[in-house]
Amino acid sequence: METVHSTTPLLALLASLIGAFLILFTGGKRPNLRELWTILAAVTKFAFICSMLPYVLQGKIVEYTIIEIYKGIALQLRVDTFGMIFALLASCLWIVVSVYSVGYMRGLSEHAQTRYFFCFALALFGATGVALSGNLFTLYMFYEILTIATFPLVVHKETPEAIKAGRKYLAYLLTGATFVLFSMGLTYYLTGTLDFAPGGFVAGHGSKELLSLLFVAFIIGFGSKAAIMPIHEWLPSAMIAPTPVSALLHAVAVVKAGVFCCLRVILYIFGPEVLSDLGLWITLAYFVSFSVIVANIIALTQDDLKRRLAFSTINNLSIIILGAALLSSQGIRGAMLLIPFHGFMKITLFMCAGAIYVKTHLENISEMEGIGRQMPITMAAFTIGAAGLTGIPPVCGFISKWYLCLGALEAKEIIFLMVLLVSALLDGAYFFPIIYGAFFKRPKFVKSKFDEAPVLVVAPIVITAIGSLLFGLFPDAFIHFFKLASLSAKNILGG
Amino acid sequence: MLEVIVSKYNYWIFAILLIVGLYSMMAKNNLMKKLIGMNIFQWAVILFFISIGAKKGATVPIIAGAHGDGGHEIVVHATEYVNPLPHALMLTAIVVCIATIGIALALLVAIHRRYNTIEEDEIIEELKR
Amino acid sequence: MILEQLPALIVVTPLILSLVVNVVGLWDKRLCFPIVAVTLFACLIWAIGILWRVIDHGTIHYCFGNWQPPWGIEYVIDHLNALVLVSVAVVSLLVAIYAKRAVDQEIPESKLPQFYTLFLLQVTGLFGITATGDMFNLYVLLEIASFSAYAIIAMGERGADFAAFRYLIFGTIGACAYLLGVGYLYILTGSLNMADLTQLLPKLFYSKALLVGFSFFLVGVGIKMGIFPLHTWLPDAYTLAPSTVSALLAPLYTKVGAYVIIRIIFTVFDPSFSIKLYPVMDILGWIAAIGIMFACIMALAQSDLKRMLCYVIVAEMGYILIGIASANRLGLTGAILHIVNDMFMMACLFTVAGAIFYQTGTRNIYQFRYLHRTMPVTLAVFVVGALSVVGVPPMCGFFSKWYLILGTIQAEKWVLLAVLLISSLIYAILFFRVIENAYLEPREAHASAHDSGHPAVTLDKVPWSMLVPMLLIAAGIILLGIFSGKIIMHIIQFAVPESL
Repeated sequence: METVHSTTPLLALLASLIGAFLILFTGGKRPNLRELWTILAAVTKFAFICSMLPYVLQGKIVEYTIIEIYKGIALQLRVDTFGMIFALLASCLWIVVSVYSVGYMRGLSEHAQTRYFFCFALALFGATGVALSGNLFTLYMFYEILTIATFPLVVHKETPEAIKAGRKYLAYLLTGATFVLFSMGLTYYLTGTLDFAPGGFVAGHGSKELLSLLFVAFIIGFGSKAAIMPIHEWLPSAMIAPTPVSALLHAVAVVKAGVFCCLRVILYIFGPEVLSDLGLWITLAYFVSFSVIVANIIALTQDDLKRRLAFSTINNLSIIILGAALLSSQGIRGAMLLIPFHGFMKITLFMCAGAIYVKTHLENISEMEGIGRQMPITMAAFTIGAAGLTGIPPVCGFISKWYLCLGALEAKEIIFLMVLLVSALLDGAYFFPIIYGAFFKRPKFVKSKFDEAPVLVVAPIVITAIGSLLFGLFPDAFIHFFKLASLSAKNILGG
Repeated sequence: MLEVIVSKYNYWIFAILLIVGLYSMMAKNNLMKKLIGMNIFQWAVILFFISIGAKKGATVPIIAGAHGDGGHEIVVHATEYVNPLPHALMLTAIVVCIATIGIALALLVAIHRRYNTIEEDEIIEELKR
Repeated sequence: MILEQLPALIVVTPLILSLVVNVVGLWDKRLCFPIVAVTLFACLIWAIGILWRVIDHGTIHYCFGNWQPPWGIEYVIDHLNALVLVSVAVVSLLVAIYAKRAVDQEIPESKLPQFYTLFLLQVTGLFGITATGDMFNLYVLLEIASFSAYAIIAMGERGADFAAFRYLIFGTIGACAYLLGVGYLYILTGSLNMADLTQLLPKLFYSKALLVGFSFFLVGVGIKMGIFPLHTWLPDAYTLAPSTVSALLAPLYTKVGAYVIIRIIFTVFDPSFSIKLYPVMDILGWIAAIGIMFACIMALAQSDLKRMLCYVIVAEMGYILIGIASANRLGLTGAILHIVNDMFMMACLFTVAGAIFYQTGTRNIYQFRYLHRTMPVTLAVFVVGALSVVGVPPMCGFFSKWYLILGTIQAEKWVLLAVLLISSLIYAILFFRVIENAYLEPREAHASAHDSGHPAVTLDKVPWSMLVPMLLIAAGIILLGIFSGKIIMHIIQFAVPESL
């Protein structure tokens, strides 16, 4: 594969890092300037990442080595098709969330906004770093930065509950990181390299048992961030954070970084051949199928809207890993597509939850009956997002689910097809009561006349909802998620 | 057995002194007694060094006439002379030893001035307050 | 040529000027600090000069008074001690600048000249221990460093004199044990020169006396560097010492001890002695493992920030021992890198503890609430140091931990690996406990979101002469992390013995 050496990946990272410090030094005295920096950094970052898109679409790899650490280890940024998907998603949604954050934080006149915007930018620095990393070492570095930078966001409210959630978050994620560190050391010891390669690089190194141990350690490590059951507990607790943070956690950066890393491990470290030799893919697939179903069943029982969405996220993350674990070309394509598409749809849903909270301070679904009359735009967007996650065309969720189902068929594992279908059914079962209640029930706790949230809050919702629709109609539009996913799948399976 | 003890008596003395010193450092409650124990401990080591340089029937390590005519022809038998190096080293070690005692005594004076006692348990009691 | 005299100069300069400071201090106390600063700056230049020469021309041999070894005292500086020299010089200079205002509060003005004299003597001792190539000379310089440590610690708060006395008793046992080890080696070989011993010792490896001598060395140096279970003097002495003194001693003294142990195991004795002949490495590994877990748990129980950090030091010494016990290139690389990194990390954390004490008069973690409003810069430095100790890249602590982990994997010492990983989790609890107390402001679930009744956000009231060194140390932590590859490539890989 052709390699292009360029500083663009570094610049894309620096955009958010420098932005973060500008935000910090501007401080709370000049909020307008501070938020200008946020949005400016977000737009710059997106522009830098988009500028690399043409190369990547041509099958080239954009590479930049920051510094060599040791034999076979370098701090290296390497933009391939799969990294590009995540980088595009994170940087694109950052713009939207930034605008939304400004509206949300001002709407509720939250405290410590400087810290909030600073950590947000830093988290994005981490997330894009994860996307653009060329090897496991660099990835781990950004992964840790992301973990640490998100902690202040999770405890933002500083209530005893929030602090407890923050501790839980750290306990789960740092333990996970320790597992990753162990596996990283073992990988280096076995292979002498940490560079990602499509189709994996551990083949032929180490005994069967050792490789299995390594794989399990990796999945536990990154799985803690991807909130695979039973190590998901931190995610619903972290719902205590402000809504834009939940959006960041779920849709943009944190858990997406987790699944991204899991997919890197499955497809770029181990690779389909090793995994099918070891027979590990089927174990993993059963394991995450359990999460898929159980998370959705739990979601049915939640009355808190954000918690219900959180379990829906756990379900989708596991579906993504399931798609990759099937090791079939369609499955991989579907999984890779679901990363950005789920991002768009889930962020819409979260921002809707946030908009409702800003306007009415309601959090429980049972109290939201009739809210469609007060906030029709928000609820329309919510409907689009929910329909997409259930897999109803023409919203983009359908496309990824379609390929995932094809992947299950291609892998000749009917049971996983059943899992996917049952999960979609359950999706419908917990989303549609909300929509039904919002539009067709008599308002109890909300006003019955039109009264929407502030423009800065509603506009991003509309944009992402329209985005979800457009990606469903034209999956290859604008930023070519479809082509990127297909190219990745092709590379991994070797032509 | 007895022969071994007698012929290496310097090592035995050294070992006994060492243990005496260590014992009083650990077991004594009075800081001054600890200090004395420490001093015995140090002197044990110094004696050990000095004893290894000494030889029976050997003389001072000054080569007679070496600077005059024909000095080069004198054959030096190491067995005839005491090895001077350990002794020279111990001169330094004695200085170190005295410096340690000096600091320790100064600290003891300060401790006594502050707590009116040099019994370890009483000081700890006082510090807990 | 001055360049050839550098190994002597780096020890002699602070030694002579320590006396000068004392005399000048009688005349005008304000002159003490500039002299110390200039001296240490000169030392830094000498150290860099030495490092540069070592990188260019290889090992430097310097014979005092032109007496050829093995008769005379020889200073031998290779990549390993050149690196340690530079780190000691950098940290001591920064701490000295930090000291200027920090001591105002804690040390009576009449004692300032003595304080600075001891400060320089301490640094003299540390430079000397690092530079010397003679076993007995090392003992003398070890004692110079220890004396000044005893005296300077006794200047601290209530109870410091008693802690110093206990430290003195322990330290003397350690020094005597070391001296006994020298005696055994001398009886067996008739030499005190390290390079000479390297040649002579392998023939005597099966001698029981040599093993006894080796054990005396380990115990002696082990006490000085505060390895578990010989660390009992450490928490009291370093907690009660004046904050500047802890900031100087805690990072440097123990780490130089670690250097000595590496020197003895890998240079004076051939590595095969402790790897193949006797299970020294296994024993060290177990000591390290138990020590780290013990120290981590003890640290969790502390509410005094400085005392907590003292136990962290004990654990960090265990890390270095783990690197040694792995007995392979990667592990030892990690250990050497960790010596340097830990100097910076501990200097960072102890200067922060000192600065917080300077402004607020407390070291109790649970009284740190709202500190992020009044000391934002100090706390930012603390976060950098803390994340480094926890092992978050790109701070330097992660990189040494990475090599230590690789070392244990290569040596297949899984227990040590587990200890490394678990202890970093305990570190995370330790430090996030502090960060949480300092940064978060617990509030009721539906309380007003606006700030009321809390101190407003202001810049630290700690003087700039304290803040700047702290910021430089923090920057050093990040730079050491990013450039750790360069350091290994140009320096450490030559410091690791070929036979590994």
